[in-house]
Amino acid sequence: MTRMADTDAAQVALVLGGDSDAFRVLVDRHGRRLFRLAYRMTGNEHDAEEIVQDALLKAYRSLERFESRSNFGTWVYRICANCALDRMRKQKSEDSRRETPAADTDEGAPGPLDTAASSDPGPDRLALSGEVNTAVCTAMDLLSGPERTAFVMRHVDGFSIEEIAETLSISIGATKNTVFRAVQKLRKQLEPVVATR
Amino acid sequence: MNHIDEERLIAYADGDTAGIVEIVRHLDECEECRASYHSIRRVMTTAAAMAVPEPDAAFEQRMWARVRPELEPKKSSTGWHGWLAAAFAPRRLAFAGAMAAMVLAAFLAGRFWPHGEGLGPQPKSVQPENLAQVHERILLVAVGDHLDRAQSVLLEISNAEPGTAGAKAVDISREQRRAEDLLAANRLYRQTAQRTGDAPVASFLDELEPLLVEIANSPSQVSSSSLEELQRRIAARGMLLKVRVLSSTVREREKTTAPAQGATPAQKHL
Repeated sequence: MTRMADTDAAQVALVLGGDSDAFRVLVDRHGRRLFRLAYRMTGNEHDAEEIVQDALLKAYRSLERFESRSNFGTWVYRICANCALDRMRKQKSEDSRRETPAADTDEGAPGPLDTAASSDPGPDRLALSGEVNTAVCTAMDLLSGPERTAFVMRHVDGFSIEEIAETLSISIGATKNTVFRAVQKLRKQLEPVVATR
Repeated sequence: MNHIDEERLIAYADGDTAGIVEIVRHLDECEECRASYHSIRRVMTTAAAMAVPEPDAAFEQRMWARVRPELEPKKSSTGWHGWLAAAFAPRRLAFAGAMAAMVLAAFLAGRFWPHGEGLGPQPKSVQPENLAQVHERILLVAVGDHLDRAQSVLLEISNAEPGTAGAKAVDISREQRRAEDLLAANRLYRQTAQRTGDAPVASFLDELEPLLVEIANSPSQVSSSSLEELQRRIAARGMLLKVRVLSSTVREREKTTAPAQGATPAQKHL
């Protein structure tokens, strides 16, 4: 039986009452799930930990806006998804500032947010890696931030289209289209790999 | 035969039920679209199964250590539930305890301060000797409790495992918070003991203070070497033995000031 004191809502009430240490229980309960989301978004452990940290701080600071009827896990998950998106956008803009148009055409690995057209690894490169997981990571890197978020939320964590739309602050139609584009891009990259499995 | 376009196939694979009868019928009849549909499903499943490293065992501690210093306690409460939570939150209770200790120490410091001309007359119904005895007893009880709590923190630190080669950090967050809570009371008891001329207590509390400061200001995750250094300092000064002896002495003195024990010289200070 779950005691009231053990629920997320009870911990939130304690934190709102001034006991900031009660937040630790929520960190312990949800941290790993947030890490998995952040890692799937970035493919990098260090970045994932920083995103989790940002998400937890953001959640703490906006805890007054959390409605006790909703699910804290879902709420903080969505905050984490947005923190990951922010970080990816920031990284993309830093990467594009660093890039020189001529230099990148000949050398360098594709950045996490490069488009499929500009850095398509191609079936040969995938075959050379010999690892399905490497191929998946590479393919995921080719998705835009919203596409990656939509795919992970939909196909890994089973969120509804409505919930994804709310997280990404876009319409239902645009969300369906984002999921479609994500699967389409992944298919383009992974079909040669999954066909040989 | 018109094939089903990729967008509709992906939507169907995603669980969209729009035009489902038509799609199912077509997939039954069209090998090419069926192959496409299965390929989409395999891609979705494979991509969703992307390997994610499991964070190490210290992940939660590390996250908390990074987040905690940034957390400002919430000032507002939400209704009676929030008020109750606030009133009984452990940190609040610890703070209230420290504040009570300060008030008590300040009050007693005033009482034990040599009575000069500036002080108002004592109530005639209370004998100054008895009054001093009562105050002394209260202070001894408070200092005795303080020493017990300090002893417990020192013991926890002394007995903490420095960790194996794999574990780089040791969590002392609990001891850290307790040291923080003890610090304010320690200062006031030390000042009171100095004012009242109780050299043994003043001297020990003076020695204890930098240790409490160090523990309170340590990161909640300390390295094994930092922990060992702290343990060495506690051991080198014989702090555990001193706190035990002093605590026992204070408890004995506490008994001698008990009402049943008879009068204690009024001028006997802490």
